[in-house]
Amino acid sequence: MVDVTFRRTDEQGMLASTLRELLGTTVDMDRTRDLSLTTDAFDRPVWDALAGMGLVGLPLAEEFGGADSPFTDLAVVFEELGRVVAAVPLLSTMMAADAIARGGDDEQRARWLPDLASGQVVGTFAPFESAHADATRVETTAEETEHGWRLAGTKRFVTDGPNADVLVVTATVGDVVSLFVVDPDSAGVHVEAVPSLDPTRPLADVVLDTIVPVGDRLAVHDAADLVSDVLDRAAVAIAAEQVGGAQRCLEMAVEYAKTRFQFGRAIGSFQAVKHRCADMLVAVEHARSVAWHAAAAIDDPGEAAVMVPVARSVCSDAYVQVAGDAIQVFGGIGFTWEHDAHLYLKRAKADSLILGSVGSARDRLASAIGV
Amino acid sequence: MTDTNERTMAPDTERARVAGAVDALLADHPPASTDPKAFWGAQFDAGLAWVDFPEGDGGLGVSPSLREYVARRLDEAGAPTWNRSANILGIGMGAGVLAAHGTDAQRARWLRPMFTMDEIWCQLFSEPGAGSDVAGLATRAVRDGDEWIVNGQKVWTTLAHLAKWGLLVTRTDPDQPKHRGLTYFVVDMQAEGVDVRPLYQITGEAEFNEVFFDDARIPDDQRIDDVGAGWRVAMTTLMNERVAIGGSTVARGSGTIGAAVRSWRESGSSDPADRRELARLWAEVEAMRLTALRATENMQAGTPGPEGSTGKLAWADLNKEVTSFTVSLLGREGATIPEGYALEPTTYDTREVERVMSPQRHFLRARANSIEGGTSEIMRNILGERVLGLPGEPRVDKDLPWKEVPRG
Repeated sequence: MVDVTFRRTDEQGMLASTLRELLGTTVDMDRTRDLSLTTDAFDRPVWDALAGMGLVGLPLAEEFGGADSPFTDLAVVFEELGRVVAAVPLLSTMMAADAIARGGDDEQRARWLPDLASGQVVGTFAPFESAHADATRVETTAEETEHGWRLAGTKRFVTDGPNADVLVVTATVGDVVSLFVVDPDSAGVHVEAVPSLDPTRPLADVVLDTIVPVGDRLAVHDAADLVSDVLDRAAVAIAAEQVGGAQRCLEMAVEYAKTRFQFGRAIGSFQAVKHRCADMLVAVEHARSVAWHAAAAIDDPGEAAVMVPVARSVCSDAYVQVAGDAIQVFGGIGFTWEHDAHLYLKRAKADSLILGSVGSARDRLASAIGV
Repeated sequence: MTDTNERTMAPDTERARVAGAVDALLADHPPASTDPKAFWGAQFDAGLAWVDFPEGDGGLGVSPSLREYVARRLDEAGAPTWNRSANILGIGMGAGVLAAHGTDAQRARWLRPMFTMDEIWCQLFSEPGAGSDVAGLATRAVRDGDEWIVNGQKVWTTLAHLAKWGLLVTRTDPDQPKHRGLTYFVVDMQAEGVDVRPLYQITGEAEFNEVFFDDARIPDDQRIDDVGAGWRVAMTTLMNERVAIGGSTVARGSGTIGAAVRSWRESGSSDPADRRELARLWAEVEAMRLTALRATENMQAGTPGPEGSTGKLAWADLNKEVTSFTVSLLGREGATIPEGYALEPTTYDTREVERVMSPQRHFLRARANSIEGGTSEIMRNILGERVLGLPGEPRVDKDLPWKEVPRG
């Protein structure tokens, strides 16, 4: 087992505080609320600010415009973005870039990664085809023709699909699952936005009946392991996002419980409210321990096999619980559109589902611990 | 930077001095061939019992962060360290009280035989009428010349039947508000007028006792700190309790969750819902374990945070869930209890074999987790008020003379 440490480096502490400050001035919750009435939410000013700080390509190699940063740096960024439910396609772009970095040859990396790393281009990763099946079930097919690869099938629940400039999709070539880079504007590609529970991370179905150039099949032809690696890293990024969101919900609820008076007392002085806040604190602290350790352990295959599903299980439950409890502490005002609380609840629930159910993560954990 | 945070990190010179003392102790008293009591005596004399205590009191006057270093070195050398758990109320709590509030004579009299296990200690705080509200306690001590006469009843007293000395809080001034009229003593548990009776719990065992005081006499030189200062001393005791209980980290998948996994395997079950539930509980226990590691790391770095306060509450809830689930895995077998029930006081030895308790017995024992050492309701108040900064409940008893506070 890896040597466990939860200490952030000074640089990471600085990154967190700089980013929090930046997001404090660029995120406008009213704008986020307005974006929540669309099916293609994309907070451009925030995205541009992230790109300006060089944070989009953080884990990518320097030669492709990245910063070669450890995954724990990326976790810091996701935690901060989670605090403000930022409507930016970082998760999706990161997954696309990660897939190309792992699966592409030098020419392919050079072709796509610099634009993804700079934030010029929004990417996404489309491995899922149904509500319940995991990424190993691929019915989309790729057949070689004289003009290139003919892709046919439907990818579903594609995160940030409505805003993506580059799609990385799975398709079967005979017995193997391969990755193809698809331009959503090319003929025979139909991106249909789907109203999402969490509108700050829009979803789309992508219907494919198209030809992609021969050179757009990623060089690692048998990509099954690669797909699960990309999804594991996404899961740990989401865990960090869940911690940031849950922490913010706790802070908002506690602040409100101190200042909202009923029966002549701050409601936080009532044990029924106080004890709920205490339980929220326990959930947040547990989630943080798990998310931070999972981020530190992501490159250790043995440890990651345990920690990725642990993080999915613990952080998903924690965020859904804490976001829901926050609404309860706010009372009626927390149920209104004008309040921020619903943005967190929606993100919390969607976070627990978009990569696959928490139950499936527990099945995987059970196997990992020999149960 | 050579001198880091003085409160938590030891300078290199102190570490070198302690290392030298440990080397000498192990060389002069090889653990393999030394009787444990003789070893502990030598350890005390070398200043390695509580390294942060003054020289002569079992310490070397160095940073408390070096305690862990000493413990690790002695563990690695195979030295006996079980006195700390077997006499935890003395070594873990009483010693800290004597260091902070005792006189030189008291420290000289009590610390060494405590550390060598020649004298076992117990703690007499809770009463039938003073549980969560321990400051409301009613056991009276009345001065009579150079002695105090004690009457009343204590409860939930671990090890009282084996103890020579007890840490006792009494009410000496009922006219003061409850926190102010208390005085703290060390009481001879074998003195006349002190009656120890086992308190049988829901498993049939008696880990705890009731202690009755009937005109028991305590010499005034066994009073700790000033008359009326009992609450302050009690707070020191409870702070040391937290240190004594916390700080131990366990291996992944051990303890009752390990027993749950074993029960699953032995059951041959393949119920997918049970399997998922087991994985969920395992993940939650792992989250709690990692949080304890994080708390330890932050404590050692001098940056303790909220993560250091969640363990007791989380563990109580989770352990009840895990042990209940484990019994459910047994099916109808879970409706039996292999040990049966018999009323019998717990000895040291049965405390040691706790790990072979049946899941059913663990399930029953776990009910106490959310009551003992601060109920989960009190723990939530502490988290809410001290960690999150929420306001307290209005208090009706705080400024009333104790004798006028409603009881029942």
